[in-house]
Amino acid sequence: MARITTGIGSSHVPAIGAAIDNGKTQNDYWKPLFDGYQPVRDWLKENKPDVAIVVYNDHASAFGLNLIPTFTLGVAESFNPADEGYGPRKVPVAEGEPDLAWHLAESLILDEFDMTIANEMDIDHGCTVPLSIAFGEPAEWPCKIIPLCVNVIQYPPPTGKRCFDLGVAIRKAVEAYGEDLNVAIFGTGGMSHQLQGERAGLVNEEFDRAFLRDLTADVPGLVKKQHVEYMREAGSEGIELVMWLIMRGALGDAAKETYSFYHVPASNTGAGIILLEDE
Amino acid sequence: MNREDREYMDIPGTYVMDGRHCRQGYHLNMFCMSLNQAENRDAFRKDEAAYLDNYKLTPEQRKAVLERDWLELLRLGGNIYYTFKLAIFDGHSMQYVGGEMSGVTEEEFAKMMLGGGRSVEGNRSKKAQER
Repeated sequence: MARITTGIGSSHVPAIGAAIDNGKTQNDYWKPLFDGYQPVRDWLKENKPDVAIVVYNDHASAFGLNLIPTFTLGVAESFNPADEGYGPRKVPVAEGEPDLAWHLAESLILDEFDMTIANEMDIDHGCTVPLSIAFGEPAEWPCKIIPLCVNVIQYPPPTGKRCFDLGVAIRKAVEAYGEDLNVAIFGTGGMSHQLQGERAGLVNEEFDRAFLRDLTADVPGLVKKQHVEYMREAGSEGIELVMWLIMRGALGDAAKETYSFYHVPASNTGAGIILLEDE
Repeated sequence: MNREDREYMDIPGTYVMDGRHCRQGYHLNMFCMSLNQAENRDAFRKDEAAYLDNYKLTPEQRKAVLERDWLELLRLGGNIYYTFKLAIFDGHSMQYVGGEMSGVTEEEFAKMMLGGGRSVEGNRSKKAQER
């Protein structure tokens, strides 16, 4: 049977990807952040997943305002890096895991989560930057990728509770899959940041550190958090953190924190990472 | 509930992409997204005004695009993930745009970020700011 063994929460700031792509990870600005990522990279080398489900949001790359699905599951054989306006990132094409992805789609929809199914979908920095953070710059990503794209740009995004419940349903679906697979799930985005308006540049370290802590210390409290609290306290784009709750829901109640790290700033963002292991 | 009474309308300096905002900025944002494609970037570079004729922008939106008035673009229905496509086209960073929207230079904005970013203290609520 397949098992979700590992949960990773991570920011997906495009500038982090650019730092990797342009060989700047060891300069004064970026080194502290990449030093903070290293234990996760080391751990993943020792505990390589077969498949990674990457929960992220698209940023006007694969989806525009013409069509705004709340949850989209990528079932394709492969996913190309998107052109976000600078030309696509020169990172590997992500190989999909269509058999498990279709199993998830069927199981989740029958479990009353009305997923959108994508047979073709380019993946933008929301998905590729966490892969670069976790795996560095390999010629091929070391595992199969199932992208799970969440709308968090058009208000309202799904609630934290809905996200957590979807994670629980993903866990159930993975455990019902016959093949013996080690599955990791990434919840990405955040942490606190506001890109827009006169309040641009808002970062709330206290909020972010509490969020990291409560992923093990007070999950019910996190699940209850309302949209307006994220927007007010963690910035309008900090609402991306609801996606971390899909990851959290997919791990068991007793999941433990193996590692976490927090750093300000990564471009305009408070950057966090957490590694959770199932009990 | 009236839109004006929604709690998020009380957050200062923030343009929430709700239904009203989406309707107001639909064509503006879709113009911005069109710059994802290299051939569209070339066409826009060649003649910005002519390229904009392909999109149903209001005169105000058109002016804000041509003048790169980043804050006005948000007021007219733009969403930062879309309007940032125009900044990418111009070769600008998110910190440049952040500075433009909040009335400081890119250097000052970058310095604020190095100092831990803009504090939430005093920036939570329009009502509280008025008091």
